[in-house]
Amino acid sequence: MTAQEGATITQAAQGLETVSITRPGFLASVARDKKAIVGIVILTILVLAAILAPLLAPYDPNNMDFEMIESPSAKHLLGTDDLGRDLLSRLIYGAQVSLFVGVSTVGISLVIGLFLGIAAGYYGGFIDTVIMRYIDLQWAFPNFIIAVYLVAVFGTGLSNVIIAITLAFIDDFARIARGMVLTIKEEQYIDAARTVGVSDFRIMWRHILPNAAAPIIVQATVSISYAILAEAGLSFLGLGVEASTPTWGLILAESRSFISRAWWLGLFPGLAIMLTVLSINFLGDALRDHLDVRETTEI
Amino acid sequence: MSAYLIRRLLGAVVVMWAVATLVFFMLRMVPGDPFLAMVFDTGDPAAADDMRRAFGLDKPMYVQYLKYLQQVLQGNFGNSIYGSGIPVSQIIAEAFPRTMSLTLLGFFMALIIAIPAGLISALKKHTAIDHGVTVVAFLGLSMPDFWLAILLIIVFAAQLHWLPAIGYVALDQGFWPWFSHLIMPAIAIGTPFAAIIARMIRSSMLEVLKADYVQVARSKGLKHSYLIFMHAMPNALIPVITVMGIALALLMAGAVVVENVFAIKGLGRVLIQGILNRDYPVVQGAILVVSVIFVLANILVDMMYTVIDPRIRYQ
Repeated sequence: MTAQEGATITQAAQGLETVSITRPGFLASVARDKKAIVGIVILTILVLAAILAPLLAPYDPNNMDFEMIESPSAKHLLGTDDLGRDLLSRLIYGAQVSLFVGVSTVGISLVIGLFLGIAAGYYGGFIDTVIMRYIDLQWAFPNFIIAVYLVAVFGTGLSNVIIAITLAFIDDFARIARGMVLTIKEEQYIDAARTVGVSDFRIMWRHILPNAAAPIIVQATVSISYAILAEAGLSFLGLGVEASTPTWGLILAESRSFISRAWWLGLFPGLAIMLTVLSINFLGDALRDHLDVRETTEI
Repeated sequence: MSAYLIRRLLGAVVVMWAVATLVFFMLRMVPGDPFLAMVFDTGDPAAADDMRRAFGLDKPMYVQYLKYLQQVLQGNFGNSIYGSGIPVSQIIAEAFPRTMSLTLLGFFMALIIAIPAGLISALKKHTAIDHGVTVVAFLGLSMPDFWLAILLIIVFAAQLHWLPAIGYVALDQGFWPWFSHLIMPAIAIGTPFAAIIARMIRSSMLEVLKADYVQVARSKGLKHSYLIFMHAMPNALIPVITVMGIALALLMAGAVVVENVFAIKGLGRVLIQGILNRDYPVVQGAILVVSVIFVLANILVDMMYTVIDPRIRYQ
C-alpha cells in the first residue's frame, strides 16, 4: 500500500500548487476547451430530455401495441421492441434512471467518502487506522465487483442498486480526501487557524476542503460516468432496477434475443449509454487539464 | 524485500479473512429464505427443516461461522443448492481456467492495439492520426463492454458468420477453436483498458522524447528508428506497469459481465447465475475465489515494479 499511498500524496501535493477553482478566468478557459463544449452540450440535452421526458416522449414507454419489432420509421423514429413499445420513448425515460443513479450515488458517496477521508487524515492515530483498514479492504476490489457483491446481499431494485453503487465508490473519495488533508495539514495557515482557536470542524470545512477541491471535483466527474456504466451493467445482468422500469441496460439485455433481426434494439440503447458517458468523460478530462490534476481514477 | 513480501502476504491473509467473514454474515442477512424457496413447490415445512439440518443451518450462528471458516480453509465451499447439488469447488475449478483464458487474452489484445496506437500518436503529435487515436480512445473508454460485445456478435457472428456467437472451447481442443470463441469477448473486455494504456503511452512517450538522454542520443547522430525503439520506447512503457493492477481490475470486472453475453461459464457467469438463482454456496465460493485473485494480483503487481524499475525498493 505504501507505493499507492505515496502516489496519492504526491498527486495531492501537485494538485495543491495549481488548485484554484475560483481563479479568475478558470471557467472561461474551460469554456474555450472543445472537449468541454461538446461534453456540456450533450449533457445539457440529456438532462433536458430526462426532465422533460413526459413532454418529449412520443409514446408512453410501457405502452404495448401490435406493431412489434418494427424498424425505425416516421411513426416510431427508433423502431419498436418485441412488445411493440416505442424505443425512443423508452430511451428518453431511461435517461432519467441513468442520470439519477449517476448523480445520486456519486453525491452520497462523495459526502461519506470526504467525511471519512478528512476525519482520517485530520485526526490520524486510531481513527485513521480504523478508517484506512476499511478503505484498503475496499480498494483491493474493483468498484463494479463490489456493487455486484452488494446487490447479491441486498437484492435488486432501484434503491438497492443506488445503495450498492454508493458504497462501492466511497473508497475513491476517502483516499483522495485523506491524501489532500495530509498535505494541507502541514501548511502554516492551518497552524495559524488552530492557534487562534478555530474549531476542528471549521478548519476542515473552511480551510482544508476548499483547497482539496480540484482533484475531488475531477474524481467526482469521472465517478459519475463509472456509476452510470455500473448501473447499466447491473441492469443488463438482471441485477438492476425493477423489470418494469425502462433503463438502457435492461433494454439492451432484452434486445439480445432479437439482435439478429432487430439491429436497432441492440444499437440505440448502447449509443445512449456511450454518449452520456463520453460527454461526462470529455468534461472530466477538460476539468483535469484546466485544474492540472493528474490521473486519479481507479476504475 | 522478502520481509516486505511476508508482510504483504500476512496482510493478504487478514484481508481474505475479513472478506470471508463479511461474506458469511452479510449473506445470512439476506431477506428471503432460500431453503423455503426451494421447497415452495411441495409446500412442506418439515422438508425445509430437514434441509436446514442437512446444511447445518439449525446450529447457532457462531458454530456455523467456525465450521464455515474451517471448510473454506480446506477449499470446501459446500454444495450447490440449486439443481444438481455438485460441489461448489468443482464448479469453480471448471470456471477458473475459462476466466483466466479470457482475462489474459483480453490483456494481450489490449496491449497489441494500445502500444502501437499510443506510440504513433506521440510520434505524430497533433496530426490527424493523433486526433483519431484520441477520439477512438475516448469512445473505447465510454463504451459499455457488454454493448461492444453485442455489436461484435451482430457483425461477426450474426451477419458475417465468421466467428461463433457464444460458448467456450478449452485450449487443449486446438488453438483456433479456443481463439475463435474467445477473441470477441477478449476485445470487449480489453477495449477500455486499451484506451487507458494508449493515452498513457502517448503522454509518457512525449515526456521521454523531451528528456535529456534522448536529446543527447539524437545529437550524436543515432539513427531515428534505433533511438525510438531502443532508447525512448522502453522508458515510455514503464508507467504502463503502474496501471497493471487497475488493468486486472478492469478486465476481471469486464469478464463478469461479458462472460454472460457469450455464455462462457467462467467465474463471472457462475457468480451472476448464483445470485440470480439465490444459490448462496455458489455465490459465497465465487466471491471468495475472485477476491483471492484480486488480492494476490495486487501483490504480484507491486512485486513487478521492483523487477521492471530497480530504483523502487520496498522496505
